[in-house]
Amino acid sequence: MTTSPTLNFDTDWSYAPAPETAPVELADAYGLFINGEFTDAKAGKTFGTVNPATEKRLATVAEAGDADVDAAVTAAQTAYDKVWSKMPAADRGKYLFRIARLIQERAREFAVLESMDGGKPIRESRDVDIPLVAAHFFYYAGWADKLDYAFPGPRKPSPVGVCGQVIPWNFPLLMAAWKLAPALACGNTVVLKPAETTPLTALKLAELLRDAELPPGVVNILPGAGATGAAIVNHPGVKKVAFTGSTDVGKAIARSLAKTDKRFTLELGGKAANLVFADAAIDQAVEGIVNGIFFNQGHVCCAGSRLFVEESIHDELIAKLQDRMKTLIVGDPLDKNTDIGAINSRPQLEKIEHYLKLGQEEGAEMWQPETPVPARGFFCKPTLFLNCAQSSSVVQDEIFGPVLAVQTFRTFGEAMTKANNTPYGLSGGVWTDKGAKVFKATSKVRAGVVWANTFNKFDPSSPFGGYKESGVGREGGLHGLKEYCSLN
Amino acid sequence: MPMPETVSIPPSPPVDQVGIHERAARFASRSIKKEAKVQALKLTLSMIDLTTLTGADSPGKVKQLCTKAKHLADPDLPGCDDLPHVAAVCVYPTMVPVAKKELDGTGIHLAAVATGFPTGQYPLPVRLEDTRRAVEAGADEIDMVISRGRFLAGDLNYVFDEIAQTKEACGEAHLKVILETGELSTYDNVRRASDLAMHAGADFIKTSTGTVSPAATPEVTLVMLQAIADFHRATGKVIGMKPAGGIKTSKQAIHYLVMLRETLGQQWLHPDRFRFGASSLANDVLMQIVKQASGNYQSGDYFSLD
Repeated sequence: MTTSPTLNFDTDWSYAPAPETAPVELADAYGLFINGEFTDAKAGKTFGTVNPATEKRLATVAEAGDADVDAAVTAAQTAYDKVWSKMPAADRGKYLFRIARLIQERAREFAVLESMDGGKPIRESRDVDIPLVAAHFFYYAGWADKLDYAFPGPRKPSPVGVCGQVIPWNFPLLMAAWKLAPALACGNTVVLKPAETTPLTALKLAELLRDAELPPGVVNILPGAGATGAAIVNHPGVKKVAFTGSTDVGKAIARSLAKTDKRFTLELGGKAANLVFADAAIDQAVEGIVNGIFFNQGHVCCAGSRLFVEESIHDELIAKLQDRMKTLIVGDPLDKNTDIGAINSRPQLEKIEHYLKLGQEEGAEMWQPETPVPARGFFCKPTLFLNCAQSSSVVQDEIFGPVLAVQTFRTFGEAMTKANNTPYGLSGGVWTDKGAKVFKATSKVRAGVVWANTFNKFDPSSPFGGYKESGVGREGGLHGLKEYCSLN
Repeated sequence: MPMPETVSIPPSPPVDQVGIHERAARFASRSIKKEAKVQALKLTLSMIDLTTLTGADSPGKVKQLCTKAKHLADPDLPGCDDLPHVAAVCVYPTMVPVAKKELDGTGIHLAAVATGFPTGQYPLPVRLEDTRRAVEAGADEIDMVISRGRFLAGDLNYVFDEIAQTKEACGEAHLKVILETGELSTYDNVRRASDLAMHAGADFIKTSTGTVSPAATPEVTLVMLQAIADFHRATGKVIGMKPAGGIKTSKQAIHYLVMLRETLGQQWLHPDRFRFGASSLANDVLMQIVKQASGNYQSGDYFSLD
């Protein structure tokens, strides 16, 4: 790399702490939400959920066992048979609109709790997660009484029954919204399991659903770990399974469901290629790379974790990217200026640190800015791996952290070959100033979502899902609606 | 290329409008509180080019403005005991002698708009003479305008040459080149004009005259700051930036400083490298300084309107 004058981002003027102060009413213990009531687990089991930024316990949460799953599925079936599937569709829509509005009213509280339980910066939970949660409910509320016109052909949609939904810890409330809103709009009832490390916003949502006077049993929320999820997925009363999480668990679910006639959608891992061509608007590409991999600490299944740069601009782009990374603030998720919050859990931090070590052992060059990091809590600096090979573990494996593997390409064909040479296919990014190249590249990248000159943009009307090991089925938009209907 | 471009400066990278707007909005989401805010407010005061540019300007009005530049606020007001002075007073060339007399020995720079401000629609020799006279009269900074019509017509050579010749006419005086971004219509044009001005010898690049809407915007300023960063990486030269027009509140000013800090860093957080062209900004900043020290907003009547 040629040496050139550098910019100094270690400035005399820096930002004072700006903590978010919105109050959150948090109980010491939370039960399971079954048939409209909070109850203890039948086996009496509980687990603690901690704030990953402080390692302090936030609340104790009941852990659902097989008997609780059975009770929840029964409640959901009763609600389905007697109330929800029979209700005029316009009335179902009214409930969803009411839920969406209540989320907007309590947005600040949900945002703060999401950041406390999951570690994501308040800027993101406030500006991205919670607004998208409300948007999803609004979007699917609108479809509730228009289902007969949603799909082409003479066949009419009808609900499928009780849906078992298992969601991850990276976007806890948003994933709950992605799952619940289309299911409810179509007339289904739900048993939903939030992730073990992030159950609190789902339980707050249960309180909100009660305030919205949603009929009991329409939505049941069962915190727990893998065993709870398996019990929901395998319960004979569940007609449709929706899972978002790791590819390994997704494969296990697919194997167990192969013996049944249950419908399922799986949103699994990813290792997205972000491709920057030499003619791109380079400063904006740098910003897109940062948003692609450092958004939500890189805990994003569609994160742009593989960067491919056209060789002729590699040095310039990496210098700019490193300058930009020096200005990223790592720290307290509740500080309004934090760019990168806490890693969600200790095991996840250990996994990321394992890859930081492995990447270096395999010969890639690691770079991190000299950003201060809090002494307590689970934190990881934004990290680049330069000079990676296609066979490097940091290129092959989904790390699910703020770690970007950088490679170069010389020709368009080479870029496409390398981008698609992965078992995953959830998302991709293309950066070029040439419109024709945008269309050519985006049609060749084999991934469910491909962004051009932007990254990590979501809208409820846009379907989302994976090719290959990144999943089965789509969520969002009409495609997501169809997964929750039978066409007869 | 549709433009008959023969100026041999390196090509400018394309600018993505959507990306620029998103990045600019992100700076505005920074929350600046307490001591960081006080520091930013004082830095803002020290970067202001206190400006009066109207046909009605008179010696009395300019004297009044110079007095304000020297005595921003009553030192007995809370938080106002150790205020910096503004960076410069900015006037029309005819007012330079008046301001010169008032500002001598204060450390406050004297900027004159020249080269047929604000349109530049005069023959080049007249514009250069305008510059020379302003410098002779005592201006140590010249804010020139480029020929936007020539630029838009693709005659980049002409624009490059007029900047280079104005720089020569400035002698020792610093040259700020006003691009009048509100008339350049695209960010790609703003970027190209910025690169052109820096290569032609600008000490500062400046957004606007204040007579065209839109004047300074965060987005256009970001495009120019990125051009300055690239010029620095390529040449080692440190070019200053001056957004001018439309910056009226402390909140706006602080967001510009956030942008500056995160785009160019430490070296630019200084009045020699960054200016605000503004007339009403100073009082809002003073009001905020008093608020930070006392906890209360004072009435506007406690701050002189000059």
